[in-house]
Amino acid sequence: MNQATPGTERRRGGRWHDAGFFGGLGALTGVYVVLILALLVADFGFTSMADLGAAIASREILYAVKLSLLTCTVSAVLSLWVAVPAGYLLSRYNFPGRRWIDLVIDIPIVLPPLVVGLSLLILFQTVFGRAIENALFPVTYQIPAVILAQFTVACAFAVRTMRVCFSQISARPEQVARTLGCSRGQAFFRVTLPQARQGIVSAGILAWARSLGEFGPILVFAGATRMKTEVLPTTVFLELSVGNLEAALAVSLLMVATAAVVLGLARLFGMRGGLG
Amino acid sequence: MIEVRDLSLRAGAFTLEGVDLSVAQGEYAVLVGRTGTGKTCLLDAVCGLRPLRGGVVRLRGVDVTALDPADRGIGYVPQDGAMFAAMTVGDQIALPLRVRRVAASEAREQVVGIARELGIDALLERRPRGLSGGERQRVALARALVFQPAVLCLDEPLSALDEETREEMYEVILHSVRDRGATALHVTHSPSEARRLGSIGLRLEGGQVHPFSLKAEARSAP
Repeated sequence: MNQATPGTERRRGGRWHDAGFFGGLGALTGVYVVLILALLVADFGFTSMADLGAAIASREILYAVKLSLLTCTVSAVLSLWVAVPAGYLLSRYNFPGRRWIDLVIDIPIVLPPLVVGLSLLILFQTVFGRAIENALFPVTYQIPAVILAQFTVACAFAVRTMRVCFSQISARPEQVARTLGCSRGQAFFRVTLPQARQGIVSAGILAWARSLGEFGPILVFAGATRMKTEVLPTTVFLELSVGNLEAALAVSLLMVATAAVVLGLARLFGMRGGLG
Repeated sequence: MIEVRDLSLRAGAFTLEGVDLSVAQGEYAVLVGRTGTGKTCLLDAVCGLRPLRGGVVRLRGVDVTALDPADRGIGYVPQDGAMFAAMTVGDQIALPLRVRRVAASEAREQVVGIARELGIDALLERRPRGLSGGERQRVALARALVFQPAVLCLDEPLSALDEETREEMYEVILHSVRDRGATALHVTHSPSEARRLGSIGLRLEGGQVHPFSLKAEARSAP
């Protein structure tokens, strides 16, 4: 009979411990992955292609698709306009109140969506909000309200992404550019911004995806009026509220497909950390 | 010439107080000192990259203390080359000429000229990713020299290179910098680098810069 040496026993014991460790990790991860896959399979199994085609061809849903694409794109562009300078400022410079600004920008991320919508609604009932509506254009319960509701939440995620992006880019090349004759602006636009291209694309995709999924703030601030402020999540809500499960599911699957495309694009551009 | 008088600065918990330094016109000064003595901080201060708490920096007799780094006319070569990742080698060497509004054809001529001189003319269309350490430092040197600066600051430019590449770079620096008659301040840890390149030696110790003889150092070297 072969007697195991102490080293051999430790190796065998180690293998069992490894198996237990990785088995535990795998089981916990697996439960979540299976849950997501089960959701998708259940969605696809519940409806037929004919139902999908009929629902997607409806005038209301087509309007919601178009409005979603338009408002998400506008929100993403607006988010980038804020996120690029804000992310750069917060990651590169120490100034009085920086921590407070950082904290304030994170508020829309942690605030319940309905509260964001309610706050926007109240803001536009104040003197300030009414002045904006009188001077520019109507906002509340109109398409601009959809964009503003999406932008308020999406921008916070975009700023966070850009802040991480700029903090990963060394400040040294920018400093070198300044010694070579570039102003601060030239060094930023010629040296740092091109290096942040991947981060900008990631932040844009993230802002777009967040905007697409936004529902709570839009419901409260823009309402859920058919052919007016109806975006895809609103359609799901409206169809469900009248018991049209097939149409609600068709729109949901459309959003799943869009999410898959967005995830693919995000992976393509190296956004490994996930969407927010 | 480079002249620093009574310079004070703070970088986090680190401080330098009342530092004086002087490098005469055309000299190649090597600044040595132990890690953490503030050599890079001092070099950054000369380049205008670090705010001062007090003191004066003069270049060629002109007080540049309040000037932006862009207006000091210093060619700066950082430790790791600090390549502009999104630009081709040619574009980054041309950057100092572009911001000075040098005509494109003339800029191209100057870029090709300095690239040939430093042996990197085959790299002009490449991006920095994939360049070797020696190639990066040659590009950084070309970028710093292309606009003919009268003052050059080099921050441990050869520290990450292997012995053979470092030997090559000694020759490159000696020819390209000293032959131009530029005044140089070169931070290094390496005594052999200091002896090979320097015309005068400066040591930063206890917050003060002390001149030392490179010849005496060479005699005492093993």
